[in-house]
Amino acid sequence: MTTLLLSLPVALPLLAALLAVAASRQAAGLAMATGFLVLGLSVWLAFEVAAAGPITIALGGWEAPLGIVLRADGLGAGFLVVSAMVMAVVLVAAQPSFEDQGQESRAGFAFWPLALLLFAGLNTAFLSRDLFNLFVALELLTLSAIALVAIEGKAGSVTAALRYMVFALLGSVLFLLGAALAYAAHATLDIGLLAQVELGWPMAAALALMTMGLAIKTALFPFHAWLPPAHAGAPAPASAMLSALVPKASFVILLRLWFDLAPELASPLLLAVLGGLGAVAVIHGSLLAIGQDRLKLIIAYSTVAQLGYLFLVFPLAGGAGGAQPWSAGAWTAASFHAFAHMLAKAAMFLAAGLFLRAVGHDRLEGLRGLARAMPIACFAFGLSAISLMGLPLSGGFTAKYLLLTSAFASGQWGWGLVLVAGGLLAAIYLFRPLNLMFSKEGAAASLTPVPRWEQVLPLLLALAAVLLGLFSAGPFAFLQIGRPGAAAEGLLP
Amino acid sequence: MIGTALDLVVVALLVAAALAAVGARGLFAGVVFFVGYGVFVAIAWLRLDAIDVALAEAAIGAGLTGVLLLGAVGHLTRAGAGAPPRRPAIPLALACAGISVMLGWAVLSLPDAPGLQAPVAAALPGSGSTNPVTSVLLNFRAFDTLLESIVLLAVLVGVWALAPDAAWGGRPGLVQRVRPDGVLAGFGRLLPPLGLLVGVYLVWAGTKQPGGAFQGGTVLAAVWLLASMAGVARAPRVTSLILRAALVAGPVLFLAVGMAGALGGSFLGLRPDWAAALVLTIEVGLTLSIASALALLVLGPPERPA
Repeated sequence: MTTLLLSLPVALPLLAALLAVAASRQAAGLAMATGFLVLGLSVWLAFEVAAAGPITIALGGWEAPLGIVLRADGLGAGFLVVSAMVMAVVLVAAQPSFEDQGQESRAGFAFWPLALLLFAGLNTAFLSRDLFNLFVALELLTLSAIALVAIEGKAGSVTAALRYMVFALLGSVLFLLGAALAYAAHATLDIGLLAQVELGWPMAAALALMTMGLAIKTALFPFHAWLPPAHAGAPAPASAMLSALVPKASFVILLRLWFDLAPELASPLLLAVLGGLGAVAVIHGSLLAIGQDRLKLIIAYSTVAQLGYLFLVFPLAGGAGGAQPWSAGAWTAASFHAFAHMLAKAAMFLAAGLFLRAVGHDRLEGLRGLARAMPIACFAFGLSAISLMGLPLSGGFTAKYLLLTSAFASGQWGWGLVLVAGGLLAAIYLFRPLNLMFSKEGAAASLTPVPRWEQVLPLLLALAAVLLGLFSAGPFAFLQIGRPGAAAEGLLP
Repeated sequence: MIGTALDLVVVALLVAAALAAVGARGLFAGVVFFVGYGVFVAIAWLRLDAIDVALAEAAIGAGLTGVLLLGAVGHLTRAGAGAPPRRPAIPLALACAGISVMLGWAVLSLPDAPGLQAPVAAALPGSGSTNPVTSVLLNFRAFDTLLESIVLLAVLVGVWALAPDAAWGGRPGLVQRVRPDGVLAGFGRLLPPLGLLVGVYLVWAGTKQPGGAFQGGTVLAAVWLLASMAGVARAPRVTSLILRAALVAGPVLFLAVGMAGALGGSFLGLRPDWAAALVLTIEVGLTLSIASALALLVLGPPERPA
């Protein structure tokens, strides 16, 4: 049973993608069914992990170092569940735009296999413990994502996709070099086995290369320039996947590298650099978001800022001084922040897509008075904004609260200031669209009507983001399952 | 002694070709040097006794990538794009130099790790092949190979997504005009039978000797491309069901075998007594899909209204 539970979240999207290429008429139905099936399986897997602890399978019956190991711990299963929630909703939301009626169209053919392959790559990245296999998973994920950016077929989106590709391939090469070096040094690619051997200089170089590659793929400042045009230029369901899900895969691998594989190689300088770049991303991304006057660009720059918070986990959870009570809090907070961002950002992009369809463009002035015509979608946008700002009772709040507590408890006040400033700046850049949406005046004359059920989809995700904050005890405990020792004790001795 | 001298020559040629490819005056010259670089890399792999990698590098790294790049240069020229600006990219050069120094230093301080040759050799009986590379690709690390064959499909779907909307349903690539008595037409009839033989042999031999689906598939893709360029065979429409079936057949077969294994308790597990037959079946399926995907990647998206 465990074999099926761990392999189906990867195998089902792969199979559905292949069938979608061969039988494109059934692609939309297949994809939606796969989304819900994988969601069900992931929840089931999470219950198994909660009951029995981390589950490990050796693919083909070959144990590491010969074979590839998949492992579901609290972190991996948690990301699996939340990304399946987002994916299930996004695939339904994509149906009106991409399901072909009658003759097959270019975008109607390409969207479904690409979305499903992105899903498969993502799930592999959350579960695999093999460095080369993780590289292949990232390739599948990134190449599908790049193609989705270009799927509108406009010159602007193709340019954004090409730019994304140049950055992403640079990241891939660096990660691959690191993986090759790790194998050359220790004759294994398995994270679990590498964690047990004594690591020397070659492994330090390997980790430096892999960290650089993953930082580029996670769009960490200063490697973020590709992200806003790519995420804003894609059609809304694709933007939701790209912004909410894709950068999380490389971030989870970064967590595994530093907290599982090589906590002993972390140095104060490394932690300060990663945290510092994250802090700059928070401030820089937020300031740029304030300056935008197109809704999708605001949301995309917000992603640059929100991804920055994730990197504060390195100084906060990894910081100096033996067993620290706040380390586990900060380590868990990073996952919480990622979950809240996945749900809220997907909701926001889906809502923005509906606004775009109703108004015909995504310049901010078009939002004036929209809440009267599209109350549900505007409410969804508002709820997800609450989580992104980190206001109380939302998932974003729980994450920021945990991060702030560990920043103050460990005496690292500077990071705390970044958290507070980031929240304020988020309130500023999200206030403009919200204020316009809920303004009393404004013409709602020539809007294209959007069916109510489509407006409910972003609301579901936004509600999940808020509920994550209301019921945070369960997920918090779940994330501790199989938690690496370094996440409780810090990275530095 | 002679071996060392040969190695030094290959290394010098490698570096020279790489520098020439980066520093070439025009795009076309850059691509030509890049193809040359690919050939030298293949020779370097040969010198390292990695014949499978050498075959793959020669076929895909130098051959197909070269054709793709030449096609891109042709597109740019037709579109009237000027030469790329020639300004020294100093930050990029410094970053590359830094990474190279770090890599070189790390490689020189590598411990004498034995690698996995011994465990692979020990597990070889019952793995379905006597060529260790094939066993690693299709059994020990089958998951990587499954995903890689699907990555190829993802890229093809991405390339097709760049077609103009009106061209959807048409035939991939541009129209080939060939003089019926010309050299290309002659070779287009002469070479494909030979290529077919070589391609099929590479796949068949792959279970015992160097070769396999990726190498054989590339040769078969080249056969199709040659026949298509010579006007002997027309590419089918992108909506053709047969074409779509060929593209997914290999990965579907691979995945089906993997799922059957999962029902028996191990995802992608091959029963030792069936392993040889399963490995060969998967190889044949993958060859078909890889050959079609590679050839279609070179032909590009449909460009004329259907």
